[in-house]
Amino acid sequence: MAAPIPGSTHECEGSMASVKAVSSAAPLALRIVAECPVSKARACTLTLPHCAVSTPVFMPVGTQGTLKGITVDQLEDLDCQICLGNTYHLGMRPGPELIEKADGLHGFMKWNRNLLTDSGGFQMVSLVELSEVTEEGVTFHSPYDGKEILLTPEQSIAIQNSLGSDIMMQLDDVVSSTVKGPRVEEAMHRSVRWLDRCIAANKNPDRQNLFAIIQGGLDAKLRKACLDEMTKRDVPGFAIGGLSGGEEKDDFWKMVTLSTEHLPREKPRYLMGVGYALDLVVCVALGCDMFDCVFPTRTARFGSALVPWGSLQLKQKQYAKDFQPIDPDCQCPTCRRHSRAYLHALFKSDTAAMHHITIHNISYQLTLMQSVRQSIIEQRFPEFVKAFMKRMFPSREQYPSWAVEALQSVNICVC
Amino acid sequence: MRLELSRAVQGCRLGLLTGLGNTGQHSLEVPGCLLYTRCATVPHLTQDTLHTLRDLPSVTQVSVDSLAEHHEVLEEFKEGLRKFAGLHDTVLFCSLHDSANSIPAGHVTNKTVSVWGSGGRIELTAARFMAIQAAIQPDFYQSMADGETWQAGTSRKRVRKAVDRTLAHLDECLVLHQKTQELKQSEIFGVVEGGDILEERLRSARETAKRPVGGFVLDGFHSAAMDQDVRVQLIKATSAELPQEKPRLVLGVGRPDEVISCVEAGVDLFESFFPFQVTERGCALSFNYNIDPDPETAVLEFNGEMPAVKKLNSNGDENMTPYEMNLKDKRYHDDFRPLVEGCSCYCCEKHMRAYVHHLLVTNELLGGVLLMLHNMAHYLGFFKALREAITSDRLQDFKNRVLHCREGD
Repeated sequence: MAAPIPGSTHECEGSMASVKAVSSAAPLALRIVAECPVSKARACTLTLPHCAVSTPVFMPVGTQGTLKGITVDQLEDLDCQICLGNTYHLGMRPGPELIEKADGLHGFMKWNRNLLTDSGGFQMVSLVELSEVTEEGVTFHSPYDGKEILLTPEQSIAIQNSLGSDIMMQLDDVVSSTVKGPRVEEAMHRSVRWLDRCIAANKNPDRQNLFAIIQGGLDAKLRKACLDEMTKRDVPGFAIGGLSGGEEKDDFWKMVTLSTEHLPREKPRYLMGVGYALDLVVCVALGCDMFDCVFPTRTARFGSALVPWGSLQLKQKQYAKDFQPIDPDCQCPTCRRHSRAYLHALFKSDTAAMHHITIHNISYQLTLMQSVRQSIIEQRFPEFVKAFMKRMFPSREQYPSWAVEALQSVNICVC
Repeated sequence: MRLELSRAVQGCRLGLLTGLGNTGQHSLEVPGCLLYTRCATVPHLTQDTLHTLRDLPSVTQVSVDSLAEHHEVLEEFKEGLRKFAGLHDTVLFCSLHDSANSIPAGHVTNKTVSVWGSGGRIELTAARFMAIQAAIQPDFYQSMADGETWQAGTSRKRVRKAVDRTLAHLDECLVLHQKTQELKQSEIFGVVEGGDILEERLRSARETAKRPVGGFVLDGFHSAAMDQDVRVQLIKATSAELPQEKPRLVLGVGRPDEVISCVEAGVDLFESFFPFQVTERGCALSFNYNIDPDPETAVLEFNGEMPAVKKLNSNGDENMTPYEMNLKDKRYHDDFRPLVEGCSCYCCEKHMRAYVHHLLVTNELLGGVLLMLHNMAHYLGFFKALREAITSDRLQDFKNRVLHCREGD
């Protein structure tokens, strides 16, 4: 693999042929390009079957095999190298058999770069009432036809094998982070057993990477136990799970940093369900490489445009006569051509207004990660973080204390 | 603007509308359609997706319906709608109403008409109408008009009033047009009314033709207003009263069969709201307009395998026409072919019926984007083929091809 040119984001020319020379075990190779000497941040190149991905990376979520109104060409033009598809939704409609016939999810939606699919477990627990977890799997009633469905680790992997994603997630026993007590421990141990069943069930270890998901809730002992167990398994990557619910941020960051502390350096770390700009920057500092979240694309459809100093609610009256672009410094197609005032007006007429904001928000997230990566490569990540905080918050008093502490824990002082 | 007619064949006018735009460098082939938009955006499309379409019409259409509520903003912006909307280098035509929406009746008075925005009804006098045009700064626009003659059983008296009011509005608009600095480069089109009454149509046409207008908008002829035969008869008669060298645009007509008969009756320009309506009901235009099919296609057709008529009640919209296919139908669940074989739009080059079907079934926004692209491409292709058929004296073959699918009705 050629060394990445500093500043270059076009790393999608890496081929699998060169990866085999690096690691023959899994269709994934992680090369650490730079590490921050102060914090735990690192910049890497993650080579996957469809192309190489520069990390840290934010992965937009295209739940039902589409990214909410954006074509795959538009997504490619934004330099997106990997995005998510949702096993639960796609497993329901149109179903794995059809997608397999269509050449996998890549062939179905015509996305030529990387895809990551989750296991379906989270949706089942969060979207469906009356779901029940047993050792066998998760039982629930389908919202489409009322039938009882059992999702086992084997079935989740079978669906994901049909989808053909570059990264698949194990089925884990998901418990809300606000739940306390013995259920958390039970779920953690079960997730380890389910990980083993998932590994055994993977029909395509040569072209699909199965990631483990570290559980353990907000209990340091449980998390550590989970880390100890799961890192014994030879999986190509690890996700940090169970942390994007309604928990306190003070507990959240401590579990993140505990997790990265005990995850192998040479494998990617994927923090699931995290997408607010501040959270991304802090968690990069704590050693995470990959992130996903529906927030930027979902909030776009409500007219909320993300900017370095917060967000603009474009449907509000104050923007009716605001003739600037969303962010004068942004280079996305929306900001290069349209004003806040036009978008405000368009929201009253046509769905395209949502698409414009979606494009901007994805661009914002991807550009943020590129800037973070660049600063790590150029050994100025702590300065980047300080400047980021200054831009985002009107004054130091308003810096969220959890973020200040989390950054302090990795030797970045923003106070 | 200038209309250069190259020939008139069996009533069809063929030519080029030139000198369009503020530098006069744009032109539009006739017969042709304008680019339908809502608030200056083609529905569902950003500029990037829009420009995957080739040979877009050089004239973009907007309506006062979607712009009246933004009057104040546009006035403060000062530089016109084109710039406000980020439209570079396009010619702008402004109509009164958006033909994709039906207008509630009963809101026209002697001095006012009403338009409907997102916040409800906005009443306009000629003065306010013209102030809005000054803020939009279109290249050409229709004068304010009373077109409420489409309801069944509209009295002769009412139709006469519509003609009278429309002429009065035109005269008032003309005066204001002359006085308005921002409209110095714009042209105003007169509106011909008259419902389904021949004498009133003729009167309206003759009187409107006396005024210094750049062209003519034929109103009150949309699908619900009258039968095809009556429409054709009236348009032919109206057309004879209008100066040949000025363009004629008909409002509210979009179905392929209606377009063809209006072209034969002397119409030059059409709106393109029809592909949008097809999109909104989850359908894709699929009718064949190619009069030189390859031999293989001809065989398929003979065997009845071409996209022919679908039963209109296969969970289709009641407004569905024989010119389209209903992508929501279960039969497309595992159909891996493009929407229309041989179509070169983004949707057909990249995606398949099964994917579009999935997007529609799951209510995904991309469904609308892809269908809009296909339907617009198909519609533009239809107009291009129509012009070619007229040019090469093969209009009858063209009609046979396009209209044959109605035989299965």
